[in-house]
Amino acid sequence: MKKNILQYLEQTAKKYANKTAFADINREVTYSDFLKNSQKIGSSLSNIEKMNQPIAILLDKSVACLEAMMGVLYSGNFYTILDVKSPNERLASILDTLNPVAIITDQKNETKAKEIANQRQQIYLYEEAIQTEIKQQMLDIIREKMIDTDTIYILFTSGSTGVPKGTVISHKAVIAYAHWARETFDINENTIWGSQTPFYFSMSITDIFTTILSGATFYIIPKMYFSFPVKLLQYLDEKKVNTIYWVPSALCIVANLRALEEVKLPYLEKILFAGEVMPTKQLNMWIEHFPKALFANLFGPTETTDICTYYIVDRKFENTESIPIGKHCDNCNVMIVKEDETEAKKGEEGELCVRGSFLAQGYYNNPIQTQKVFVQNPLNQSYPEIIYKTGDIVKENERGELIYLSRKDFQIKHMGYRIELGEIETAINAIDNIIACASVYDETTDKIVLFYQGDKLEEKDLLEQAGKRLPKYMCPNEIHCLDRMPYNANGKIDRKKLKTMI
Amino acid sequence: MGARLTQKRLEEKMEELLKLLKKIKPEVNFEGNEHLIDNEELDSFDIVSIVAAINEEFDIEIGAGDIVPENFNSIEAIYNLIQRLED
Repeated sequence: MKKNILQYLEQTAKKYANKTAFADINREVTYSDFLKNSQKIGSSLSNIEKMNQPIAILLDKSVACLEAMMGVLYSGNFYTILDVKSPNERLASILDTLNPVAIITDQKNETKAKEIANQRQQIYLYEEAIQTEIKQQMLDIIREKMIDTDTIYILFTSGSTGVPKGTVISHKAVIAYAHWARETFDINENTIWGSQTPFYFSMSITDIFTTILSGATFYIIPKMYFSFPVKLLQYLDEKKVNTIYWVPSALCIVANLRALEEVKLPYLEKILFAGEVMPTKQLNMWIEHFPKALFANLFGPTETTDICTYYIVDRKFENTESIPIGKHCDNCNVMIVKEDETEAKKGEEGELCVRGSFLAQGYYNNPIQTQKVFVQNPLNQSYPEIIYKTGDIVKENERGELIYLSRKDFQIKHMGYRIELGEIETAINAIDNIIACASVYDETTDKIVLFYQGDKLEEKDLLEQAGKRLPKYMCPNEIHCLDRMPYNANGKIDRKKLKTMI
Repeated sequence: MGARLTQKRLEEKMEELLKLLKKIKPEVNFEGNEHLIDNEELDSFDIVSIVAAINEEFDIEIGAGDIVPENFNSIEAIYNLIQRLED
């Protein structure tokens, strides 16, 4: 293994110089041009004369953004991707924590960059940086100083307190993680990715860095296509996309709107998903259309780079069953720890904890939150060893597969029973014509409140259907039919918002 | 007389559609807006919700082939789509 992700980029660019590396709706670049553009941006940023400092990137999801990411690394610094659609207040709050030395943007986003920047932050324009001469000597000096535990990027997630937390990830973590993903899913120079997830979301790490490691081709799918599934599938077909790694909601839209019947995708071989629980009903619709494809459920938080466990679908599931999260990734160890800090036995519930090279260093400028979840391994008293507590409650089934039960915060006590809200959702999602659902717990009234979107059902009928699949004490006490589920920026159902609606 | 009645019915239908859209996406100004998709005012979750609501309200079946940007860029385009499917 190498110590720096740029070494992989250089190796791949040498081997596949004239092959398309990355493409968006306006532009395609070969590996050799991608490398040169990244080095130009890196040379321009080297004027800052600082190393291991944060640099923010305010660019649309584009080839230019990817070049800027690598450019920051060439300058010996690390990046944070800002969502150009995010309100200024949220971006300002991120910049407050991050305090970057510079912001890279383009002419299109320049005004916004100026609105959120403070005096410390120099603004670099992509259009100008790309005109810089490559200062090879300077780049060599910088590289010589870099080590594998240097930070590669900081990825902000919404914290429970409302203040975004910046997860610090090292080159070493990305390299270890991308090796696992490349080997497990056989990502190689023939892989053609159709990328759905935003670059400020940890799932994008998988497609971007396995591409760089293997010489694959990476197409950025225009976001708008996800509203128009037939157009989306036609695009996948036109680009001969054979591998996708999407959030379940994107896969569900395609299935719910019956687009799979309209377009055949002879090239599609691998369908990976993560980020949320994949509803089994919609997964079965996909499997029916792609019986020979590989389907895999990936599971993990931003704090383990992207993923820590995975399950390759190897048997048939009823719509009422949930898909396992499988087993630990190679070079990544997971353990189930009970509340008394001992390891759970087979079948016992506990919190999923992770150790190994995929782990983040902690949260940027946030020792308090870091110490809460990056803790000494409770099963190791002999020497310092940090593990990450995911906050996810899991257990092992009789086949030895891990089963996700719920978030620690979603596990409720109701009528004397311990209940996982996720289990209720699995049961409701299996009902015909339910597009999406989520349940929340109202502590003040001790009620389970269900929100769903889909054909409006009589409450009585819905409860009757639910009663076939759930014990009485798990049936929702209150039901709301919504015209549209609230979603957060990453496309996950916004449960915090739902809680305010009860 | 008949023509006027039809006209009234069309207007009512348009009202109904507007009400339905407003309920799903209250923050968007639908009237006179011809770039709902191009300007990213509606996202994929909105489209799914709108299609489901129209199917139920107008008792039609919008197929995947009809879910294209051209049919959703303005309230008139959505209205024409409903008209076409009702015929």
